[in-house]
Amino acid sequence: MPSLNRQEIAGHFAEIHPPFTQQAALAEANRCLFCFDAPCTIACPTHIDVPGFIKKISTANLRGSALTILDSNILGLSCSRVCPVEVLCEGSCVLHRYNQRPIEIGRLQRHAMDHFYDTGAKLPVRNRKPRMRSIACVGAGPASLACAAELARRGYSVTVFDSRPYAGGLNTYGVAEYKLRPDDSLKEVELVHSLGVTFELNTEVGVSVPLETLEQVYDLIFLGLGLGPTESLGLKGVGVKGVVDALTLIADYKTAGNIQIGRRVAVIGGGNTAIDAACAAARLGAEEVLILYRRGRDQMPAFEFEFERAQSDGVRFHWLTVARSVKTGGDGRVTALECVRMDLGASDASGRRAPTAIAGSEFLLECDMVIPSIGQTRLVEFLSRCRNVELRDGCVVTDPHTGRTTNPMFYAGGDCVNGGLEVVDAAAGGKRAAIAMAAHLEEQHG
Amino acid sequence: MADLSTKFAGIRSPNPFWLASGPPANCGEQVMRAFDAGWGGAVWKTLGEPIVNVSSRYSSVDWNGQRMMGLNNIELITDRPLDVNLREIAEVKKRYPNHAVIASLMVESKRQAWHDIVRRSEDAGSDGLELNFGCPHGMSERGMGSAVGQVPEYAEMITGWVKEAARTPVLVKLTPNVTDIRAIARAAKRAAADGLSAINTINSITGIDLDTLVPRPFVNHASSHGGYCGPAVKPIALHMIQQIAADPDSALPISGIGGISGWREAAEFMLLGAGTVQVCTAVMHYGFRIVEDMIDGLSNWMDSKGFATLDDFRGRSLPNLTEWQHLDLNYKIIARIHPEKCIGCCLCYVACWDGAHQCIHMDRAGNRHVAPQTLEAESRRSLAFTPVNVPAPDPNLTPPHRIPRVDEEECVGCNLCMLVCPVDGCITMERVDNGLPSQSWSQRMGESR
Repeated sequence: MPSLNRQEIAGHFAEIHPPFTQQAALAEANRCLFCFDAPCTIACPTHIDVPGFIKKISTANLRGSALTILDSNILGLSCSRVCPVEVLCEGSCVLHRYNQRPIEIGRLQRHAMDHFYDTGAKLPVRNRKPRMRSIACVGAGPASLACAAELARRGYSVTVFDSRPYAGGLNTYGVAEYKLRPDDSLKEVELVHSLGVTFELNTEVGVSVPLETLEQVYDLIFLGLGLGPTESLGLKGVGVKGVVDALTLIADYKTAGNIQIGRRVAVIGGGNTAIDAACAAARLGAEEVLILYRRGRDQMPAFEFEFERAQSDGVRFHWLTVARSVKTGGDGRVTALECVRMDLGASDASGRRAPTAIAGSEFLLECDMVIPSIGQTRLVEFLSRCRNVELRDGCVVTDPHTGRTTNPMFYAGGDCVNGGLEVVDAAAGGKRAAIAMAAHLEEQHG
Repeated sequence: MADLSTKFAGIRSPNPFWLASGPPANCGEQVMRAFDAGWGGAVWKTLGEPIVNVSSRYSSVDWNGQRMMGLNNIELITDRPLDVNLREIAEVKKRYPNHAVIASLMVESKRQAWHDIVRRSEDAGSDGLELNFGCPHGMSERGMGSAVGQVPEYAEMITGWVKEAARTPVLVKLTPNVTDIRAIARAAKRAAADGLSAINTINSITGIDLDTLVPRPFVNHASSHGGYCGPAVKPIALHMIQQIAADPDSALPISGIGGISGWREAAEFMLLGAGTVQVCTAVMHYGFRIVEDMIDGLSNWMDSKGFATLDDFRGRSLPNLTEWQHLDLNYKIIARIHPEKCIGCCLCYVACWDGAHQCIHMDRAGNRHVAPQTLEAESRRSLAFTPVNVPAPDPNLTPPHRIPRVDEEECVGCNLCMLVCPVDGCITMERVDNGLPSQSWSQRMGESR
């Protein structure tokens, strides 16, 4: 198996949205029509004033542009790289109907954010009087970072807890390298830190610090803990050598030193993370990468542009295929997947046609690495310990406008609420909760 | 194909496109290459006593990423010896006998000096003379250029001196830096000038470097006002051409100048009476080659309109310009938005609310007559989740709630929405029959008396 070190790994992941030069950014900014009540702004979950920041790029007010972005979304840097803009701001651009060329909003946002971070990443000091109230954020991913930043900017004291050694959550550990690099994620963490937010890392709430302690010490608690490990979904053989779930693979190549990739890799699942994992395997040296998905291409949840990326990376797709068990050789390593062909029946609860196995269609697919990517588990065990916080399908129930849970002391946002959406959705959820928490505290304590 | 040949104030040229007196007509080599590219004539860079120029000399105004919407210069007249220029004029005329070569002249305000330069220019073979009474910078401080062109008596006197000596047609080039350009045009006509050239450049300061705080263009740590030209000045020039052409005491053959960079502007100047047009900035920007489309575009337009010669449409728009008091107060148009073309930018809506008469509304999908700020605040409170476009709408269809609607009762027909709309033909101004007879303000005042 090929083995790569960190530098070699980085070399295989050229950025998919390279930065603009200053001149190119100016030309692109000048194309913006400066729509009123712009659809791109409405489409952005954090409602960044897109025409506003683009206008500022066109007047060479790059700092103002960056602050316009950060005012709505403290994670403007990572969002400029990871947002699926095709189904958000750029997908809503009116220029689709003008000359079929939407403004490259993501790259323009990156241009402003790069300038901000390259020139010292200094946020303006707001002379807010410190407030005597404190908030704990559980989890240090995008939702908590956005929540903590918004509260800190309003003068509240915020502590963020996370069990891992680095903050940033999936931005640091789980986003494909060609979209976002760990260093950039950590720059954002540092920006939130610069607002006075305290980070307690390597600290798992409920293990190294009891939940009850948090309830006693803090006025309010924000749950931004995301989701758990990748689902196993009854695949027999998980745990053998050569079976690595998608998020572990991505976290390892991004933050650990060495990584080993198989020659013939089978990825199981049809979501965006499955694509990221498959592309990673291809870029890290696999000779052949296959994606096994139980439905057909039209039902695949991955975005169209992600599918296209996989195709351009040489990934092949086995539609209507389910892996049932992992076969191992004498050394205990994966040698094959036992698969079965599926047929699509009537629509299920999700509105998609349910796959059913075709009797007698079983076959063996040879491979020496298996990457399951079939969704993340819910952290039900921990969440059910949060008193009176109602869960539905393992996700926290909240008021969508405030992020308030059924226990008024707890607010929540991000993947643990929405079941797993994008970074920008988590940022929006965290910010909305922070605004509601601040309003609540002001009402209670003035 | 339309006939573009021109006879202007007695000067013949194969087409009406002349190089204006300026850097593109600085030397014979340039002028000959311009004629090869298709230019019909050239007004030579102004001849006079040798001067010394500064560096730098030009600055410009860019707009939304486009360069040189307006150009400003502080360059003076030719810095080449007079005899070299005259020798080159003779050479050009020998090689291009059918093209127009006009000598632009500026000397000190002495009768003999003017007589001398007129004779020498004509001896070199120039087809006509253009008196530079317009240059607004540098030379004017020495009592020449616009210092002459701003005082009708001086302009008349010097034109008279030139006419005493001239055997070829004399054009007077007018400065726009006056209260009423007709005063100078009338002075030139009184002195028996054969034609007018208008306009020269407009006094300007194009901008200031926001790091050094020194206006542009810099000459070391200082600047000086210059003369403005280029696309930005066209409307000002057109107005002055019309003023001259519509005034019987001013009217002479006019060579139109000011922001002409293509055939469309050329046609506009001619529709207001210009016999030829002169171009400088557009050549400085793109080179002599631009004349190809000027010739091609103008003749195609003439063919499509059924104009065989330039005289068929020269001045044709003059009767369509009148004083405000004669406009029909009962003529009523209103804006109409064509939903199938609307892309949903809402620029017309905010323009009408903030910049006009509050008669465009976002109420097609519900009855919401709200101010822009209210609408925007509502949007910012809305929830959006990824992906916003699933199930994907047809990206070619604008959602109905994004298509503004005109309140036709309230619309005053000002045109603003149509002007800001980025889509051709999406907002049209349409005639409303209000049953009222045509009535101008002057008629209404007459009736009320």
